[in-house]
Parts: sequence; C-alpha cells; structure tokens
Amino acid sequence: MERRRFINFFLGGSFLATLAAFLYPVIKYVLPPKQAEALQKKVAAGKVGELAPNSAKIFKFGATPGILVNTQEGQLLAFSAVCTHLTCTVSFEASTGTLYCPCHNGRFDMTGNVVSGPPPRPIEAYAVEVVGEDIFVSRKA
Amino acid sequence: MPKTIFSIALLAALAFVPPGAAAQTNSCLECHKGLEAELQAPAANFAQDVHQQAGLTCADCHGGNPALADEDKAKDKTFKGAPKRAQIPELCASCHGDAAYMRKFNPRLRVDQLSQYQTSQHGKLLKKGDVKVAVCTDCHGVHGIQTAKFPKSPTFPWNVPQTCGRCHADADYMKAYGIPTDQAAQYKESVHAEALFEKKDMSAPVCNSCHGNHGAFPPEVKSIGSVCRQCHPSTGDLFAKSPHKKAFDDLGQSECEACHGNHRIVRPTTAMLGTDDKAVCVQCHDKGSKGYQAAAELKTLIDGFEVQIEKERATLDLAEKKGVETSDAAFKLQDVNTVLVSAKNLVHGLAVDEIRTKLAEGDQTLNDVEKAGAAALDEARFRRKGLIIATALLALFGIALFLKIRSMHKPA
Amino acid sequence: MKALGRNLFAYLDERFKLQGLFAFAEHKKVPEHEYSFWYYFGGIALFLSGIQVATGIMLLLYYTPSIDAAHESIQFIMSQVKFGWLIRSVHSWTANILIGILFVHMFSTFFLKAYRKPRELTWITGFFLLVLFMAFGFSGYLLPWNELSFFATRVGTDIAGALPLVGTWLKGVILGGTTVSQATLSRFFWFHVALLPLAAFTLIAIHVLLVQILGMSVPIKLKDKKLKEISFFPDFIYKDALGWTLILVLIGVICVFLPWEVGKKADPFAATPLGIKPEWYFTFMFTTLKLVPSHVLFVEGEVLAILAFLVGGIFWMLAPFLDRKAARGERSPAATWIGIILLLYIVVMTVLTYTVPKL
Repeated sequence: MERRRFINFFLGGSFLATLAAFLYPVIKYVLPPKQAEALQKKVAAGKVGELAPNSAKIFKFGATPGILVNTQEGQLLAFSAVCTHLTCTVSFEASTGTLYCPCHNGRFDMTGNVVSGPPPRPIEAYAVEVVGEDIFVSRKA
Repeated sequence: MPKTIFSIALLAALAFVPPGAAAQTNSCLECHKGLEAELQAPAANFAQDVHQQAGLTCADCHGGNPALADEDKAKDKTFKGAPKRAQIPELCASCHGDAAYMRKFNPRLRVDQLSQYQTSQHGKLLKKGDVKVAVCTDCHGVHGIQTAKFPKSPTFPWNVPQTCGRCHADADYMKAYGIPTDQAAQYKESVHAEALFEKKDMSAPVCNSCHGNHGAFPPEVKSIGSVCRQCHPSTGDLFAKSPHKKAFDDLGQSECEACHGNHRIVRPTTAMLGTDDKAVCVQCHDKGSKGYQAAAELKTLIDGFEVQIEKERATLDLAEKKGVETSDAAFKLQDVNTVLVSAKNLVHGLAVDEIRTKLAEGDQTLNDVEKAGAAALDEARFRRKGLIIATALLALFGIALFLKIRSMHKPA
Repeated sequence: MKALGRNLFAYLDERFKLQGLFAFAEHKKVPEHEYSFWYYFGGIALFLSGIQVATGIMLLLYYTPSIDAAHESIQFIMSQVKFGWLIRSVHSWTANILIGILFVHMFSTFFLKAYRKPRELTWITGFFLLVLFMAFGFSGYLLPWNELSFFATRVGTDIAGALPLVGTWLKGVILGGTTVSQATLSRFFWFHVALLPLAAFTLIAIHVLLVQILGMSVPIKLKDKKLKEISFFPDFIYKDALGWTLILVLIGVICVFLPWEVGKKADPFAATPLGIKPEWYFTFMFTTLKLVPSHVLFVEGEVLAILAFLVGGIFWMLAPFLDRKAARGERSPAATWIGIILLLYIVVMTVLTYTVPKL
C-alpha cells in the first residue's frame, strides 16, 4: 500500500479504536448501577407489626447502626445506636425502658438524654414516619 | 450660717457614701498584698477563691477584724492566726459539716466530709498525731480554692493523679509508711489514663474513683470486683457466674486485679489468654488440667477470629492504597469488631460454647468482608489493566499523528 | 467509500454553505519559530475545558446538591457507579491541571506581548476567562460537601467579606445567607453548572473567534523576519492533537494511581481543621493575606492587601493600553520585567504555603 494511504488508515483506525476505548466507560457509567441510589435520607427500618411492644431492633442507617424501639405504649421511636461515649452499639433494655450500653454502663432514656453512666452527650433521636405497612426513619430536620 | 450650711452639706455628702463602703476595707488583704513570698500568696490568690465569691472574708476562718487598719488592733481576741495542720479538718468542718449553714450557700453540697475523712487512712493517722498525712488544704488548695469543675483546680479529674502523687509518688516522703510509691507512674501507663489525658474522657477513673476522696482507703481484696463493676457491670456479672468466682473467693484472691492489675491496667489483648509465658491463665492452671485445656481452647477461638479480622483489614487497606473505595466493607468490619469485643468480654464467663456461638455471628459478616476485599483488589487490577490498554491505544494514535505530521512536512 | 463521503459533503454544503468555512480554514496560517511552542497552550486549555464539560455532565447524572445527600452521592459515584471513580477523578484532576495551563497560557502570551494591538480584546476576554475559571474551581470545590471544602469556602468567603463598603453585602450574595449552608450549596451548584458555563462559553466563543480572525501573534523581535508557515487546518490541528493525546495519557495515569479522595462529610459544628487552606491556585493570595501586618497606618492590613490585588488585577487587565511601546510594535522590557516579578511573586508565595505551613 502506498505510504500516504497507510498513514491515513493508521490514523483513522487508531482514532476510532481510542474513541471506542473512551466510549466504553462512558456507556458503563450511564447504565444504572446495582445499588439504585446513593445514601437515602429516609431508610426503611421495618414493617408495622414486626416489633412487639416493649422491644426493639437494630437497622442500618446509612453507614451507622440505628435502633427502632416499640415502647410499652405502642409508640415507635428511633435513635442512633452509636453510644456517645466510646461508640459501642447500644441495645434496648425492656425492663427499664432505656437504651443501655454494655461497654461502660451508659444509659439513655426515650428522649435520648443520658440517664446515667459516662456518655457525655445525648444520643441522636431520629424522626419516624409510618407509610402504609412500612416504617421509615430519617434524620430530624 | 456658712458653717451650718457646710455641716449640712457634709452630712448630706456622707449620706451618699455607698453603704458598706466602710465594711469593704479588708485590712488583712491590704496589708498582706504588700508583703512578700509566702505571706503575700494568700492575698494574691484569694480573689479567685470560691469562698470569697460566696462573700466570706479572711476573718471567717482566721478570726480578727478586717475593718481595722492597725495590725495589732485587727488581730483582736477572735484572731486565730494560721491553723496547725492537725486542726485544719475540724476548722473546715466547722462550716462544711454544718448542714443548716451550708444550705445558705449550696444546698446540694455534702456535709459528711469530716466523718468520711475520719474513716480514711489519712484521718486515722492524723488522729494518732501524724501530720505528714493529707489534710483538706493539701488536696483542695488554700486561699484560691475552686470547685472540681474548674480545670485548674487540683481536684479536677485530670489533675487528681498529680495532686495525690505529690506525696504518694515521693519516695523520700513516703519512706516511713512502707507502701509503694509507683502508683501514679503506673497509672499513667494505663488505658484509663489514656482515656483521660488523650481522649479527654472526663468519665475515666482517676485515684478517687476507686479509692474514694474524703474516705480514701485502698479497697479491700473482696471489694475490688465491686469497684470495677461500677463501670464494667457486664464483665462483673459474667465473672460472678463463672467457676472462677468461687475459686477466687476460696483463695481470698481479688477478682479483677489478679489478672488486670490495679494501677497499671492496660488494654487487654489475647496475649493474656492461653498457655504461654505471657498468659495469665497459667499463673494458676498447670499443664494437663481442665483449666489449662480451656485456656488453650479459648485462645485458639479468639485468636483465630482476631487474626482473620486483621487479615481482612490488611486487604482493605491495600485496596484503599491502590485507590479503590472500600468504606462499605470497612463499615461491616466495624460490626465484626463489635462481635470480637463481645466475645472477649464473654471470656470472663468462661462458657466456651457461648463464645463459639457469638463468634459464629460474626463469621457471616466476615465472609462478606472477605468477598468485598477480594472484589476491591480485583477492581484495582482491572483499573491498571484498563490504563495499560488505554495508554497503548493512545500511544498508537500518537504515533499515527506523528507519522502524519512528518509526512506533511515532506514535499509532495 | 470515497464517493459516499463526497456525496455527504455535497449534501451538507448545499444546506450549511460549508465551502466558505473550509476556504477560510485552509487559508489560515500559523507561523513557526523558536517561540511557537507556546501557541499550543490555548488549544490545550480548550481541550481540557471540553473534558470538564463532558465529565461534569456525566457527574450531573448521579450528583445531588443537597447537604444531606451531596457527600453521599460522591461516595456513591466513587464506589458503586461503574467508572464513577474515573469520571470524578478526571474532573477533579483536570480542573487543577486546567488552571495551571491557564496560568502558563496567560504568562506566555504576556511575555510574547500578544496582547498588543489589535489583540487587546483577546487579552481582556482571556483575563475574564481566568477569573471565571477560578470561580469554577472555587464553586466546584464546595460541591462534595466534605470537611476541607466546607472550611475552605468559609475562609474564602470571609476574605470577600473583608472588602470595605461592599464586603458584607457581597459575602451575603455569594453565600446566599450569613453562613455556609444549604443555600450556599444550591447557589454554588447553580454558579458551577449554569451561570459560569454560560458566561465561559460566550467568552470562549469570542476569544476563539478573535484568534481565528486575527491569526497568531508573532513576538516583536521576530516581526520583521520571514517566517516559515504551516496551515492551521489540518497541520496545526494534528500537532495540537498530539499534545492533547499526551495530556490524556498523563491524566489517565494520575487518576488510576491517585484517585481523588471522598473525604469526611462536612460538620458545620466541628472546629476548623488546623492548617486549612484553599486550593493551590488561591494560595498565593491566601499566604499574602497571612503575611501582611495587621495594620498599615490606619488601614487594616487584610483590606489593603485585597484592594491591592483588585487594583493589580485591573492594571494587569489593562496591559494592552498601558504598554504603549508594545502597542507601537517596539520591544517593551519594562512590561517583561513586571511580568517576571509577578510570576516570581506567585510562584514564591505558592511554594511558601506548602513549605512553611506555620506562617
């Protein structure tokens, strides 16, 4: 093949190949990823009726654990489950109706305030919203 | 006439002199301010004193009449001068032990400090005539006393080791008593000191948390466990249910202290478990005994789990270094770490099956982390491969351009 | 194959009247001489801007401009979206490279006196483009809503607020309130994806049009020489493309080995991290403000420095009119020296920021 034609083919061909190599990631990027969205403001923490009165469950709230409590009176409350002392995970103590941290005996009441023990700050309370069958938890405004 | 007017004017002027102006002259302070060194110190520091802020003056403790400027006249019959060390507790208690009096200032303050003090080692020795022991002013200061809520106060949590250490860490001073003087130094190496001084956790225990303050006395062997339980109740409960409890009680051994020490309580590691030289178990359990076997089993279980966690952490760190985002997996690893902490706590209960079950809870998550870590490393490899391909194609294109440019410069 | 191409061209030419355009393109010539290497930087800047628009549009697909979701969406792009790490890292790295290239482009045109008549408007539009791109950098930096970006924005807007008379008002307009908040994020997002691109596109169009119409400026000392020329299209374009290819390789390598970090989510109640500073292209001004004494006579040092920058900028922008010698086509060593001093000042102040952090 004549030199000039070879160079033109080489130029065109390598350009198209490079273009394809650039279009591949673009197309993969645009196609929806497995996890549909980024971190939700609102998290589905459970279903109505799942929790008996005076019991609780841990759920995932973004990158940290949260705790959903169904009080004795049937009120649904949600809190961060991260103890404000040294970040251990708290649990619900049905006998006292408090959030209890087993690491150093920290205790929080149902408003999130510290009742006793070393935690220096109240535990964060979340907003609970019931939509049909689902219980949604979100950060308070 | 002018004289009358003048007198009336003078009287009127005096009437407008603020009341209590006469009472404000504190000749003690005025005089002492002008003195030097030790004699000046009381006047210099008194302004910050909580007693001064409550409206008390020098006379309330020392007697005398601060309204009079003349030194001899001021030091009247009521003047007590500087109290002797042995008299100090009773002097302070003359107000601080009087509930009706203290109610006027701060109803919440306790009024039993003197009776507590009398049960303490300091109080007992003072009664026998030893004035080297601590009295109120040694810990609270004098003339510049502030509450324990003020960071500069010698009774503020992070100052307490130094306050107690002033005597207890002084080998010469303590020579006659025959007790160790390394407690403060040992405490400083502990995990409690780390929490207090480095993490600024004011709830971390200091000397008075375990020894009491006014009633300071080393806890009896039998009660050490109860003292630790104040902050570590679940561990205490587990221990109480374990076979160790009866064994320790029979031997008259202190509970927590036997394995964890008292002042130099360091972060417990799995090195404490097991059957090698560094382990605490072999202090009592000989080779071949049931305890020895249990120790070996516990060590294998917990160590194995911990080693796996470290392995996964290393994988995730490597992936991060290679540029791959791994925070989701790292979060799961946090969960697994919580399981490990629970399992280590359960060791105090010695129920091997319970520990096995607890660790199994973490196994599933650990598997997930392993998969995520492997995927992350794969991603890192994929990226590098992709880069090589893209660079190769770009290089080809670049060469093609170069050839084209060169061909255009040559004449046709 | 060739016939198809010719038919297509004829079809489009009938409708778009392409012949005139092609004739113009073929006639445009670019001189080649010892300084013509510097001609490439404008094109590189244009190419990098194109990359920014493309990657920016891609990021828009997954980014959310809300303080509750911004950081999380970046985290999502970096970890869940296929090649999200690449698109985002390219966008962040190219932003920095682009601003560096703009400074090179600006100083090379200055030293070659390309601002002289008849290219005064090219210089002025270019000056405003630099300001716009630094605004792009400043507004874009906040969007990930991480610790560094939050505090850098706070520090930067505090400086704007220090201006006499208009300071407080200006700061309020920039922030959308009194502090860095959701209003600020929404506003910066609007600046970054709508207002600034519109303004930049307009100015770039004018700037490039002027370059095409007026051709490349030749340095004064060569103006009487007979110089070799190559045609702009396709020769110069191919050379441009070679440069762009090399830059793409560079960007690719950087992004694979040094992906841009996600950082810690901004916490408005946290203490300002120690050693907080703005992005490198602002550091020469930032360090100047740190070094200036607190009071000069009766004026606050900071205010004086900010005004000095403003006035200095205006003088710099008016270079085509102030440099009478260059306008006449004569060598202008005074302007060259001013340029050298300014360049040294910027370089020294920037380096100082990183080598002596405890200023």
